[in-house]
Amino acid sequence: MTSLSNTLGPLPLAAAPSWPARLAAPLRRAGHWAAGLLLPLALFALWQYAVRHQWLAEQILPPPALVWQSLGELWYSGELRDHLAISLARVGWSVLLGGGAGLVLGAALGLSRTARAYLLPSFELVAQFPVVGWVPLLIVFLGIDEALKVAAISLAVLVPVTVNTHRGIVGIPRPLLDVGRVYRFTVPQTLWRVVLPAAAPSLFNGLRQGVMQAWLTLVFVELLASSEGIGYLMVWGRQLLQLDLVVVAMLTIGAVGLALDLALRWAESRLASWRRGAF
Amino acid sequence: MTTSHSARRDYRGLVPPALLLLAWFAAGRLGWTNPTLIPPPEQVLAVAWHYLGSGELFRALAASLARDLGGFALGALAGIGLGVLLGVSRWAERLLGPTFHTLKQISLFAWIPLLSIWLGYNDGSRVVFIAVSAFYPVALATFEGVRGVTRAQFEVARVHGFTARQRLTRLILPAAAPQILTGLNLGLVYAWLATIGAEFLLPAYGDIGLGDTVIRGRAAFNVALVIFGMLAIGGVGVALNRVFHRLERRLLRWRGDPR
Repeated sequence: MTSLSNTLGPLPLAAAPSWPARLAAPLRRAGHWAAGLLLPLALFALWQYAVRHQWLAEQILPPPALVWQSLGELWYSGELRDHLAISLARVGWSVLLGGGAGLVLGAALGLSRTARAYLLPSFELVAQFPVVGWVPLLIVFLGIDEALKVAAISLAVLVPVTVNTHRGIVGIPRPLLDVGRVYRFTVPQTLWRVVLPAAAPSLFNGLRQGVMQAWLTLVFVELLASSEGIGYLMVWGRQLLQLDLVVVAMLTIGAVGLALDLALRWAESRLASWRRGAF
Repeated sequence: MTTSHSARRDYRGLVPPALLLLAWFAAGRLGWTNPTLIPPPEQVLAVAWHYLGSGELFRALAASLARDLGGFALGALAGIGLGVLLGVSRWAERLLGPTFHTLKQISLFAWIPLLSIWLGYNDGSRVVFIAVSAFYPVALATFEGVRGVTRAQFEVARVHGFTARQRLTRLILPAAAPQILTGLNLGLVYAWLATIGAEFLLPAYGDIGLGDTVIRGRAAFNVALVIFGMLAIGGVGVALNRVFHRLERRLLRWRGDPR
C-alpha cells in the first residue's frame, strides 16, 4: 500500500519552481493563519452584536470595549502587574521547593532499589489523591497565608517531577551505565555525565508538567483563599459583579499559561542541542 | 526492572504508612500535639464509623460520583467528537485548532467565576465545569490518535469500499483507541479533581458531596472530619483509576499486546 501511495505522490520536479509556485507556499501559510482567525473573529462579532442588542445584562456579558478599558486601567495603574508578580512569585517558589524535593525523591527512587521497595508503593498511592483534596487539611495546619499557597502548589509540582525523574532514571539503558563503569567514573561523574544527560528529556518533561500543575493549582488556591494575586482579582470582580475584571483576569491567566508553555518549549529545544553535545 | 511488581508481594512498602500511623498514634497518646489540631487516629475512626453508619458518607459519595461521572461523560463525548473532527479534516483543524489550543491555555479553575455568573451556584454549573475539565485531555489525545492513523490504513479502507460511517467505527476509532483511552484516563483524573474543586469553589446551600462534607468540617473546625474526608476523596481517586485500568485492559484485549 505504501508503495502505491508513493508512486502516486508528486513526481520529482527538478526544475526551479516558477514565480507563482514560489509564492504559493507563503500564501497558503497566510491562508491557514487567516482561517485560524475566523472563529475568534466570529465569536468576537457575536459578542459585540449581543451587547449592542442588549441580549444579556451588562453584569452577565460586559461589552468588549469595557473589558479593553479595564485591561488598560489595571495595566497602567500597575495593579495587574502587582497581582501577577505575586502569583508568579508563588509559582516560582513552589516550583523550586516542590521540584527540588521531587528531584531528590525521584532520584532516590530511581537509583536505589531499597528506596524503591520502601517508598514507591506509598508514593504511588498518595500521588493518585487529587491535590485539591489536600487543601482543607493544609488550611487547618498552615492557615490561609503564603505558607498554604506555597505548600499546596509545591505538592502539585512534586508529584509529576518525582514520577518523571524516577521513570527517566529507571529507563536509562544498561549499556550506558556499563560504559561509565568501564571508564571508572566516580559516582558524581556517573550522575553528571551519564545519568543526567540520559534522563534529561524525562526530567524536563517532569518540570514542564510540574509548572503546568503549579499554574492550575495556583488559580485554585487563590480563588479559595487569598487577598492578592491574579486569582483574587477574579474573586473580587465576581463579588462586585464586574465581569470585565473577571474576563481581564482570565485573559491574563491564559496569556501567562501560553507564555510558560512557549518558554518551556524553547528551553526544551535548547536542552536537546545541549544533550547532543553531551554525548 | 519492575521486580517490585512481580508475583511475590514485597511488604517493605507497608513500612512508611505503618510508621506514620504509629507516630500519629503515639503523638496523641503522649500528648505531644494539640488534639484539636491533630486529632488522634481513633477520633478519625470514630468519625468514619459515624458517617458510615448514618449513611451520610454514601449519600455524599453518590452525589459526588454522579456529578463526576455525568460531567465526565459529557466532556468525554464532546472531546472525542472534536478530536475526531480535528484529526480527520484538515479544514476543521485550520478553522478550530488555533482557538482550541489557545483556550486550552486558560487554567482550568479560571472558568469558575465566569460559570458562577452565567449559570449560578448550582449543580448545573458544577457539572459543566467538570465536563470542561475532562474535555481538553480527551480532545487532545483523540486528535493525536486519529492523526496517527496511517495513509496505508485509509487506503485499505478505501479498497474495501468502506462508507464514511464504517471508516469511523471500524477504522478510525479502533486505530486511535489506545490514545483515546489514555486521554479518557487523564480526563477521569481531571474530572475528579474538578469535582472536588467545584464542590469547594461553587458551594451551593444545602448541597451534598464529599467536598461539601470536608468544607463543612473545616468550618466547624472538625479536623477529624477533614482528615476522613480527604482520605475518602483520595480513595475514590485511587478506585476510579483501578476500575479504569481494568476496563482499559479489557477493551484493548483484541489488540493482543497489553500496550
